[in-house]
Amino acid sequence: MTVQHVCHLMAEAAPILEARGVVKRFGPLLANDVDHFAVHAGEVVALLGENGAGKSTLCKILYGYYRPDAGEIRVSGRPASISSPHDARRYGIGMVFQNFSLIPALSVWENVALFLDDTPWAISPASMRRRMRPLADRLRLEADLNLPVGRLAVGDQQKVEILKQLLAGARVLIFDEPTKVLAPQEAEGLFLSLADLSDEGYGLVYITHKLREVAACADRVVVMRQGRIVGSASAREASEAELLGMMFGEQPAREPAAAPAVTPGQTILALEGVATSSGNGAVSLRDLTLGLRSGEILGVAGVSGNGQRELADLVLGLARPTRGVKTLWGEDASRWTAARVRARGVASIPDDPSALALVPSLTARENLGLGDARRYRKGLSLDWPRLTADMAKSAERLRLPPIRYETRVFALSGGNQQRLALTRELAHDPKLIVALYPSRGLDARSTDALRALFLAARAAGAGLMLFSEELDELISLSDRIIVLREGRVAGEFSPASFALDTIGACMVGTADAA
Amino acid sequence: MSAAFPIALASAAILSGTSLLYATLGELIGERAGIVNLGLEGLMLIGASTGFAGAAVTANPYLGVAAAALAGVAANGLFSYVVITRHANQLAAGLSLTFFGLGASALIGRPFVGAIVPGLPHLGAFDLLVWLAAPLAIVLSGLLYRTRWGLTLRAVGESPAAAFAAGRRPDRVQYEALAVAGALGGISGAHLSLAVALTWDEGMTAGRGFIAIALVIFAGWNPLWAVIGALVFGGAESLQLQFQARGVDVSPFLMNMVPYLLTLLVLTFSGLRGRSAAPAGLGRSFFGVE
Repeated sequence: MTVQHVCHLMAEAAPILEARGVVKRFGPLLANDVDHFAVHAGEVVALLGENGAGKSTLCKILYGYYRPDAGEIRVSGRPASISSPHDARRYGIGMVFQNFSLIPALSVWENVALFLDDTPWAISPASMRRRMRPLADRLRLEADLNLPVGRLAVGDQQKVEILKQLLAGARVLIFDEPTKVLAPQEAEGLFLSLADLSDEGYGLVYITHKLREVAACADRVVVMRQGRIVGSASAREASEAELLGMMFGEQPAREPAAAPAVTPGQTILALEGVATSSGNGAVSLRDLTLGLRSGEILGVAGVSGNGQRELADLVLGLARPTRGVKTLWGEDASRWTAARVRARGVASIPDDPSALALVPSLTARENLGLGDARRYRKGLSLDWPRLTADMAKSAERLRLPPIRYETRVFALSGGNQQRLALTRELAHDPKLIVALYPSRGLDARSTDALRALFLAARAAGAGLMLFSEELDELISLSDRIIVLREGRVAGEFSPASFALDTIGACMVGTADAA
Repeated sequence: MSAAFPIALASAAILSGTSLLYATLGELIGERAGIVNLGLEGLMLIGASTGFAGAAVTANPYLGVAAAALAGVAANGLFSYVVITRHANQLAAGLSLTFFGLGASALIGRPFVGAIVPGLPHLGAFDLLVWLAAPLAIVLSGLLYRTRWGLTLRAVGESPAAAFAAGRRPDRVQYEALAVAGALGGISGAHLSLAVALTWDEGMTAGRGFIAIALVIFAGWNPLWAVIGALVFGGAESLQLQFQARGVDVSPFLMNMVPYLLTLLVLTFSGLRGRSAAPAGLGRSFFGVE
């Protein structure tokens, strides 16, 4: 064996990417204090932890997005000086963010060309596409490379993101909650791609807080809590209880919510043959009929972009049907304004609270008063003390941390914005709750509290419409599940027929169920 | 009406459409980089007076056009600094540029009111700028869609943050785009004073800068469509002049309104599709990322 051979083997043995003694503070908050974290070539590492455990921070440090206050990054055993994502890319480190850094209006090949440093001055689209083809095939990206990225399915957009990183020379890929935006089938596709890539010697890291995803794909799982790495295990051998113990420390893990049987009562909401129109090729509802009774949770499943938002908007009075009738409590509500719908006790929990539920430049307290100005009217002003008391009570019921009333909403994190919207919407025992992906951005404990609250609302006779991409969540909460596909109800399932694979198949259109 | 009418109309349409086209192409490049410049009217005025003055002083109309282009770059450089480096509101800065241009051009042109200057000579039926206008649109189209620079520029207009994340410099490409836009705005004004009107008059652009801004929308931010749009609007403008020249009994005030009514009409219908074609980052300031 020659000297070169030995050196080569030693380089192989060193981790492809390594963090040593990395510390990062944001003001008084200790975000990261990581003794040692490493990824080897050909290895898939799942980085597991609750929201705020420091997983994203660690990855952003590795990618040069943040500079650590102390510590060292090594690439293939050698110290690397990484102070920007651009530096990281030169060291062969790539990162795939949750909200992809793709430009929707530009075509697939243009997005990739934009990212590469060696794009020639005069670009030939044909040669760009030729360069991308082999990787596109390997990642099973079947979409036309000339299409604007915005017209691709989310799973395909993620593949474009991976493709551009690989083409730029990445040897390590870091994924920030890659399955959050994907439908179950798309997630499986991603895991297949990850397995392929690790076979080819890439090092892969993915952030997740779902236990199921650890077993699905990782070789090794690293658990983080409060900025520190608290454990590491072989993904195949670690038990669920063990991992939960590491994630949450000494506290008991979540107790499964018991679903008391409730007999549904009167019909709250009925849609009969409704259709909506939309501009610009977005999905509109077509000939959709459904009903919701009090004391019932209706789960709405579907791959995102199949009419979920349109349906929620229609129920809430934000959009009007072009055909068909919407009835609320037996009255024709097709042309009711959103204000009138709200006044009747309909609460809305949107997925992106900063866009629809909250005004970012107002304070938390002002936003809480916004939803129900009439209730708290006092002369020309509002009865702020009464409002504050009510909201504090509501937050307590949700087991949320105390509200920082004087903070402007744009200064709150996404999760805290979501909590604020929940606090307001659930403060006055709504009779119909429309919840669009309500647990997005919430950690496990708040999610549990929210589930308990939904069940309590149901027991009190409210009707719930729960939109979610997490089939587990839908199955555990719903009394009935419908699947939306291309603006229609593609299938309806009763608890007896709840199963991941049949509902999943209905979502992607390989099977219809009635 | 004689048989010569359509020919005279077409040639007048091409002549006045050319001024519009230069301005439109300039504005289009700027907007593709994410910057709306409502100061185009002011740029054109500065170009018109500087071009006229330059031609009068040097007795060479081409030097006049070059001076106009440089003046346009300088004026737009000021605008660039305010909106790119200082993150000022683009609409307010643009309107200020328009009124600044109104005053500055009056000052520059004052000594030359009534002067006789050599206009741009005809090469065949038209002057050089007319012959170059449509090829310029094709060249710009190639630059936008087939070069690294154009790709970066469009990416910046869509999402400066994404372009920055991809390792590009949004501010630099915006400065470059606005320099091109300034030169074209200046040339557009010079064409007006040195080829169309052959005179300098305060405020002589009479709103053409704003028509050009509307034309960018009409063209769907595509340089090739801008050629057609400029011809249509040039036609509307010359129709009015031809009617007057031939003594057609329509109120000249009414005819003066035609191009602007057409603008309103275009905007009425562009609203329906405009949103999808417009660069997503248009008019917004980019403050960098963390």
